Amino acid sequence: MTAIVDYGVGNLFSLSCSLRSIGEEIVITSSPDEILAADRVILPGVGAFGDAAALLRESGLDKTVLTCAEDGKPLLGICLGMQLLFERSFEFGEHRGLGLLKGSIVPMEGRIPEYLKIPQIGWNSLSFKKQHPLLKYIRNGDYVYFVHSFFAADCEESLVAVTEYGCEMTAVAARDRVMGCQFHPEKSGEVGLSILKAFCEMN
Amino acid sequence: MLTKRIIPCLDVRDGRVVKGTKFEQIRDVDNPVRLAEFYSDNGADELVFYDITASYEGRALFTDILRETASRVFIPLTVGGGINSVEDFDRVLKCGADKVSVNSGAIRNPDLITGAAQKYGSQCVVLSVDAKRVGGQFRVFSHGGRVDTGLDALKWIRDGISRGAGEIVLNSIDTDGVKNGFDIEMLRAVTEISSVPVVASGGAGSAKDFVTLFQKVPGVDAGLAASIFHFGEVQIPELKNLLAEKNIPVRRRVFP
Repeated sequence: MTAIVDYGVGNLFSLSCSLRSIGEEIVITSSPDEILAADRVILPGVGAFGDAAALLRESGLDKTVLTCAEDGKPLLGICLGMQLLFERSFEFGEHRGLGLLKGSIVPMEGRIPEYLKIPQIGWNSLSFKKQHPLLKYIRNGDYVYFVHSFFAADCEESLVAVTEYGCEMTAVAARDRVMGCQFHPEKSGEVGLSILKAFCEMN
Repeated sequence: MLTKRIIPCLDVRDGRVVKGTKFEQIRDVDNPVRLAEFYSDNGADELVFYDITASYEGRALFTDILRETASRVFIPLTVGGGINSVEDFDRVLKCGADKVSVNSGAIRNPDLITGAAQKYGSQCVVLSVDAKRVGGQFRVFSHGGRVDTGLDALKWIRDGISRGAGEIVLNSIDTDGVKNGFDIEMLRAVTEISSVPVVASGGAGSAKDFVTLFQKVPGVDAGLAASIFHFGEVQIPELKNLLAEKNIPVRRRVFP
């Protein structure tokens, strides 16, 4: 059973459909008890970092997520949910994240050539930096679907895979059982489903 | 490297896929959910569902189809047609759409773009523009290409982007249905002024037309077509192989 943390941001329809399609039982919940009782936890998110971090704290679910990480429960952040796992973000000011992964979220603007459009929208390939169970069913070079204007930097320690968009950008980060994907596995076809399947096999 | 996207477009009326040639004659093609699965399995990078229903019943049927598609097909879905309010965004996003495209609704009320971008983010808001040459100008047409709005397309696109549109779909009425290639001239003009991704639509008749598109208009991000895919005249795997041979970056399966 995987719990999807519902803290009021984003649309969880596609994510829940994708998990059900691989046979995973899910619960979309804002209840700390249900989250703590689940085998695995997914932290989703779209929108602005500051707003999402505030919602997560107001709901008190930040503490629940931190407890899950301490307990060694597999935790997967997706897109903005992945960015929230880091220490801080420089999206419109400076905001504090959950601090589960070392590093900062920085804007693409000024870090990539001007001819590249921001946000990066579309399918880009993954280059593996190290082996990780999350990637066990996919291959180096597989394509996944990105929609983002910011990315995680200064996170060599947790870097698992990158994508090339004017510079190398963090695509997958992980430390122990805390994992994050900058892209949307629920929108990345068979490759994305394979990543979710690998996650759902972790206990 | 970010790849160029290939996007089949499904016009849906009363629960079935239809395709108008020059926006007029309409032929029945297939079941939308089945066709969407087929395209996804064959390497489509994204799908556009266009609701051309007028009735309330048809609209309800459309959202049912959308929900069923989103529960089976795990690639990005864009939905357009009949989007006139932020509530319409809400209705289709809840059923699994990732992006919503506005056209006539935004011409009538440009604040729709602003409001939707504020609520859902620019990445969600696609401005779809039907344009045609009139008196040396690219002119915006509304109502499925029937009504000349008098708006200059380039000016309208700039305005739409500044209001928060995160992507432009440019459909050239001059080349649509002719199957003699995309409107290179119009697309060049649009990609020059657009800071957001541009999707080319209207005129694809063969796989070579996509090669010409991406070679001659490097700023274009995606090619959209309907009938050539629906009638099997162009198969997406062959199209992608051809593009890759020409060194145009496309997503192909590394995955077995």
